[in-house]
Amino acid sequence: MSDTQRKIRKLIGQIEAICLESRPICLMEVCGTHTVSLFRSGIKSLLPDSLRLISGPGCPVCVTSQGYINVACELAGRDEVTICTYGDMVRVPGSNGSLEQQSAEGASVVVVYSARDAVAYAVKHPDRQVVFLAVGFETTAPATAAAVMEAKQKKLDNFFVLPGHKLVIPAMQMLLSAGEVAIDGFMCPGHVSVVIGTEAYRPIVEEFGKPCVITGFEPEKLLQGILLLVKQVAEDRAEVENAYDVAVSEKGNPLAWQMIEKVFYPAAAVWRAIGEIPESGLELRDEFKAFDALEHFGIEPGPDEVPPGCLCGEVIQGKATPPECKLFGTKCTPMNPVGPCMVSSEGTCAAWFKYKS
Amino acid sequence: MAHGGGGELTRQLLAERIIPRLSNELLNPLMDSAVFDVEPGRLCMTTDGFVVDPLEFPGGDIGRLAVCGTVNDLAVMAADPKVLSLALVLEEGLEIELLDRVIGSIAEAARQAGVVIGTGDTKVVEGRGSGGGMTITTAGVGRLKDGMRLDPGRIVAGDVIIVTGNIAEHGLAVMSARDGLAFETKLLSDVAPLNGLVNRICESGADIKFMRDPTRSGVAGVMADLVEDVGLSIELEEDALPVSAIARHTAELLGLDVLTVANEGKIVVVVSQADADKVVAACRADELGRDGAIIGRFTDAQPGLVELITTAGGRRLVQRPYGEDLPRIC
Repeated sequence: MSDTQRKIRKLIGQIEAICLESRPICLMEVCGTHTVSLFRSGIKSLLPDSLRLISGPGCPVCVTSQGYINVACELAGRDEVTICTYGDMVRVPGSNGSLEQQSAEGASVVVVYSARDAVAYAVKHPDRQVVFLAVGFETTAPATAAAVMEAKQKKLDNFFVLPGHKLVIPAMQMLLSAGEVAIDGFMCPGHVSVVIGTEAYRPIVEEFGKPCVITGFEPEKLLQGILLLVKQVAEDRAEVENAYDVAVSEKGNPLAWQMIEKVFYPAAAVWRAIGEIPESGLELRDEFKAFDALEHFGIEPGPDEVPPGCLCGEVIQGKATPPECKLFGTKCTPMNPVGPCMVSSEGTCAAWFKYKS
Repeated sequence: MAHGGGGELTRQLLAERIIPRLSNELLNPLMDSAVFDVEPGRLCMTTDGFVVDPLEFPGGDIGRLAVCGTVNDLAVMAADPKVLSLALVLEEGLEIELLDRVIGSIAEAARQAGVVIGTGDTKVVEGRGSGGGMTITTAGVGRLKDGMRLDPGRIVAGDVIIVTGNIAEHGLAVMSARDGLAFETKLLSDVAPLNGLVNRICESGADIKFMRDPTRSGVAGVMADLVEDVGLSIELEEDALPVSAIARHTAELLGLDVLTVANEGKIVVVVSQADADKVVAACRADELGRDGAIIGRFTDAQPGLVELITTAGGRRLVQRPYGEDLPRIC
């Protein structure tokens, strides 16, 4: 047995011992990468039955509203437009097909790994109107901010962003305020916390009395986070603890925050199948409004229509597990996804289907 | 480049840029077909079309890929590749220097594999989009080795799965060079002709039941195919998978599973438990197989599934990827 395996066994033993003595515990992992890591590492199969892990609204693709996807598809349909997007987005079905289908029909859709690659694309292709799909949480927002600043500095008139960024804390607050899911504690996202810092979770702990533990992604790190959480629940404590201190500090990354604040301001945002959550999104400030694709092309996002029967909205709030959705695994598969949770590699439904079905 | 129509310009392109680099006695007469002798025995034939974006990537290019892909498809059937055909479809606007490099790679890969380009065709077409691309189709003929009995139908529970080296390097290297996704990495594609390695494996004395090169859908794709064909289950061990640290980290960064990423220089081999060590030893004696390892085995668990026993000691399913794997957002 390797050193890592010994450590993992020990951590699982400790978690089991606490769970044995405790009432059933329900933890939410807010981050899609955690969801996938828990499945991919096989940890989910090793935890005691009385410990439930539910996935939260932490997959950037899954929380993106249908209205947003429809706008992206509408723009992709214009001859002069090139859509630059993170890979996960291309297969998400809108009301009239996905970007992938549009690309097959001749639309210009380019997969990029960062917002700045989209700027570089715009520089290289001055004849194209380049629209970057700016989605993701606090992790990708600084990169979008940097790209917009770069576009402004380069005086680009062919680069735009379709604002769709989301903020994690307001969504957690909404879930707790709604009170429909009995969450005992949060496994807080490692990457997002690198930017926002441990302090950002203070309101969750103080206002709602729910433990928050920032957790890394390796199997050992995941288990350390879970152990700290079950301990807090068993001891009836609610604190912010940091099990990912190699990367996350108390204050986060102030520089990244400054960049976000320079370019964006917090505004209400529509979350898929949840609806509008106040102060949970980012809009471009007036001095950067020229880069707003909605403004430039004069379009309004339509309503967030959810395909009939799709439970993605319930899944991302932890109200339902994927197999509870009637479409799961039959009408909705990774080959023919109905909802975004089946599309994204970070999506809860895709993870269940891939690793557990 | 603007060499359409098959007239003088195309002839000049062939005469100056292509033929001299690929020169051999089958090709040189420039007749409509290649003529060659065959030894008595059974022949094996395959063909494959190659498209890759970008055309050049760390560790290789479309030319090397087109030769190795066809050589390997013959090799894993236990055939000795002899002659390849080469059909080039070049888009107007293709840089002539790029074409030169690709032809150079074809010549080099053919030399390495010990095959000749016996016949070929070149067309120049109008480009799609900004143009400047190319596609290559190769076909290959080889003679089946005597005494081999490759047949997945012979696989039974307890048989062992071996992979001949570090996985996922081709797919990750290509992705690292893709427009818009470009990232700095020391990863190189593993694209290589595997007939030499196959010779060693076949000569190891092991009774080989199955070989396949895990290309587009990675090791996961081959495993899924086998489970469906054979009706048994497969248990893979995460700790046993040969993966370089750099490939593992790159895959993690992109949110990809190393099992579903393409390889162009690896073979999956199935043998009985008793023969496994012979194959691993044969692999490791070859430069292209030095990281070869046993990665799992067949079981009679039903229904037939591919499962991975993880480092953490848990279990999870392994499925073939759905279309092209897409890098995640954050």
